[in-house]
Amino acid sequence: MKRFYIYLTLTVGGITFIYPFLWMIAASLKPETEIGAIGLWSPHFNLESYRLVVQKIPIWRALLNSVFVSFCVTVSVIFFGSMVGYALSRLNFWGRNLIFGVILFTMVIPFQITLIPMYILMVKFGWVDTYLSLIVPGMVTAFSILLFRQFFLDIPQDLIDAARIDGCNDFTILFKIIWPISKPVIITVGIITFMTSWNDVLWPLIVIRNEKLMTMPQLVTIFAVGGGAEARLGAMLAAATLLAIPIILVYAFFQRYFIESMATSGLKG
Amino acid sequence: MINSVIRRIKKSDKIGYLMSLPYLISFALFIAFPLGFSFILIFHKWNIITPMRWVGLKNFYRLFHDVEFLRAIYNTLIFLVIHIPLQIVFALLIAVLLNQKIKLRGFFRAVYFMPVIVSGVVITILWQQLYSYETGLLNLMLTSIGLPRIPWINDPSWAMPSIAIMATWKNVGLYIVLFLVGLQNIPAYLYESAELDGASAWQKFRYITVPALNSTMVLVVILSTIGGFSLFIEPFVMTGGGPMNSTLSAMLYIYNQAFYFGHMGYAATLGFFFAFIIFVVVLIQKRIVENK
Repeated sequence: MKRFYIYLTLTVGGITFIYPFLWMIAASLKPETEIGAIGLWSPHFNLESYRLVVQKIPIWRALLNSVFVSFCVTVSVIFFGSMVGYALSRLNFWGRNLIFGVILFTMVIPFQITLIPMYILMVKFGWVDTYLSLIVPGMVTAFSILLFRQFFLDIPQDLIDAARIDGCNDFTILFKIIWPISKPVIITVGIITFMTSWNDVLWPLIVIRNEKLMTMPQLVTIFAVGGGAEARLGAMLAAATLLAIPIILVYAFFQRYFIESMATSGLKG
Repeated sequence: MINSVIRRIKKSDKIGYLMSLPYLISFALFIAFPLGFSFILIFHKWNIITPMRWVGLKNFYRLFHDVEFLRAIYNTLIFLVIHIPLQIVFALLIAVLLNQKIKLRGFFRAVYFMPVIVSGVVITILWQQLYSYETGLLNLMLTSIGLPRIPWINDPSWAMPSIAIMATWKNVGLYIVLFLVGLQNIPAYLYESAELDGASAWQKFRYITVPALNSTMVLVVILSTIGGFSLFIEPFVMTGGGPMNSTLSAMLYIYNQAFYFGHMGYAATLGFFFAFIIFVVVLIQKRIVENK
């Protein structure tokens, strides 16, 4: 009997989380007049709302922008994060602990302080309305360095010594020897960075004005807020669905890694 | 002194500096410079176009007499007071249930986690429809069982709680996962010996589970607080800060001051002040939760 209540609670909870998404997809396919209904099915399913979105805003271009920006940021965070993490965990140099302390310190600085001067910096660099403003500030992150450092600390020194005797320099050791055995941490950093970058809206809203350069969440936000949807609920829901689908697909394939990544980073942060 | 530093640098490993360089550059450009510049900005009036003008402490004076700003802080507190307890109760409940030996555990975990990965914009557009007074799913469900409609986001006293409920729905999956990790780290012998002593299920929960999850609670409270102070896209998309400024969040207010009115100096002052508040609130929370 106790079992029954556990399953009942979990199922009711599960429906609460899944149903709104299903409702959104269904509503995006319904004619405008049928959106205000509890049920999912309609005999009049059509693609009119999607046609409107594609016609009104460059949504495919925004998808490409988002893929490009998030990809560059993720690759760079993995590359630089592992490099700095390697230096801080395996190399001895004066000031190493100072740098580590600075990284820990910067993790507690709320972004509210740096946001305005960061924008001004982008203006002075002439990076407003370019991909540079979306990519460069996110290329190195403190959290990735900390995760890599933590992981690298546990690698046996013998392995590194052996590679050194074989004539490897530190770059070869990092990329040829350590990278292949660091898949868990690379996946963790990769997923979190990609997700954060993909879903970021505030920063793109600040530095990008040109519709052609907008990322997908930004374009959808402006579509929803700025009246581009002309109060057509179906079109707004269709835009939201298009924005949700890529990340849900990725999630469906790598779901276990997503959850584990967030758990690890949450506990470290 | 300088000579000895240089000598020590020469002796140590140059490759270490080379590999740390990306961080050092990024730190200098995107953290040290903004921090320093922010400190200069708070004493100035500036719209980026015309030259900066020194105003001394006027920005602070303005801040303490700014009714909208006080409203933004008040709104943020309302959000936190509703969001954090809801978040902890639901996350803990589901995590404890998922921690039992049940089938489909992974499936349920994946389902609860889904809103965490989906963009806040999607969630907000979706919930804007769910909250709609006339045609929203929630009011349709209420009226179908004979209850009155609720003006979720149309009434100033309901709007912020509605956003807090939505935020709980979006984030709770993350905290379920964190609590699950915490639960799995509790050694089984604690429960076994409690059972031998005849402890009830509630006693086991109260005296073993809750204390063992203390550090997770601290984390949940701190992450929710930082999230609450960063709340932006939800009110921006759903209500625009209204009705009657009831969902004007701290971040939305800073955004408006900087990018709508062009008050860079004042916006920087607000940013500084909010960061200070976050810092103090988090410290106090940490104290309270850890001493319990």
